[in-house]
Amino acid sequence: MIDILRIFTHVEDIFHEFGPAPVTPLRRGGAVALIKNPFAGRYVPDIAPFMEELKPLGLDLAHRLLAALGCRASEVQGYGKAAIVGAAGELEHGALWHVPGGYGMREALGWKDDAVKGAAAGQPGNALAIVPSTKKVGAPGATIDVPLTHVNASYVRSHLDAIEIRIPGAPAADEIAYILAMSLGPRVHARLGGLTAAQIERWDGQK
Amino acid sequence: MIAAIRKLVVQVDETRIEMGREVLPPIRRAVAMAVIANPFAGRYSESLEELTAIGEELGGLLGAKCVAALGIRPEQAQSYGKAAIVGESGELEHAAAILHPKMGATLRREVSSGAALVPSAKKMGGLGTAIDVPLGHKDAAYVRSHFDAIEARIGDAPRAAEILVAIAVTDGGRPLARVGGLQVSEIKGQDGLR
Repeated sequence: MIDILRIFTHVEDIFHEFGPAPVTPLRRGGAVALIKNPFAGRYVPDIAPFMEELKPLGLDLAHRLLAALGCRASEVQGYGKAAIVGAAGELEHGALWHVPGGYGMREALGWKDDAVKGAAAGQPGNALAIVPSTKKVGAPGATIDVPLTHVNASYVRSHLDAIEIRIPGAPAADEIAYILAMSLGPRVHARLGGLTAAQIERWDGQK
Repeated sequence: MIAAIRKLVVQVDETRIEMGREVLPPIRRAVAMAVIANPFAGRYSESLEELTAIGEELGGLLGAKCVAALGIRPEQAQSYGKAAIVGESGELEHAAAILHPKMGATLRREVSSGAALVPSAKKMGGLGTAIDVPLGHKDAAYVRSHFDAIEARIGDAPRAAEILVAIAVTDGGRPLARVGGLQVSEIKGQDGLR
């Protein structure tokens, strides 16, 4: 198991944005695992095996985020992921997070859970949509906007969103911040039409 | 609720390894922030009592959010601090009205005690302005291992007519504190200083 230097969680409750406040405020958040970059300061051709080592971290971080949000997996409506690589690393080190972060979070949300099948007509599972992502090489305290989309259909317009995450003092040059984000609802004043969550019927992760 | 809150943000920062050394138990620091409407934006008011009442309310609300996020009992809280960033249509004194007269009492209730001064910082700022919230031991201000600070910042706040109010609570001091001074074990806890 990879040593985690620091764990950072961020949870926000949005009551309104100058419009009518919903009955339930919009809750969303992010969780960050800060680790040492094993490839810092040099070019390593074969980094892909590290993805396997990161897998438990993806699942663990997803469960930590659920705990911080204080919700059940079934309540999560939107998700995204990101990485900030410290200055002695390269962007490709951030890309290592795609598989362990994405599939770890989807697993935590019921992607493989047979119990979820058929929750809605034709629904083969939960967390069917690709997990949107951003990555960058950044200095300590760099901000990153983590894109969010609906967990079961990327085209649901009300859930197209982003959440800014920033870890004060991190990542240092030889560190990487791996990030997961979740939201429990659509944008607080979403009103631009398009595909709604209730209209998902293909269950192909898109529509 | 007196404060008109647009948004609440709670962050927990857990340090497990520092300088290659395991920190046992890990040190956890929470910061809870509220973005509120500034009732005095754009005008001078001699009385700032409305903000003082908001400060009293937020001391309890944000203090409780921190303790809950840390998952500790109130008496396990070790250090605390508070800060405010006033949007550009307000004035610095608005931060003082929130932070100083009544916030401390309600915050102390959430951490079960607090003989020591709650250290504070304030500034004017805009969207994404960061403020370093000073931290000090809640029962004895001279405990050197707990002199610290934690950044508070929200990307979309404060707007001009808003104020960002932050409270921080921890369950420990600096990760590898070793510069001497008064130790936690030496606290008398009566005068707020030692």
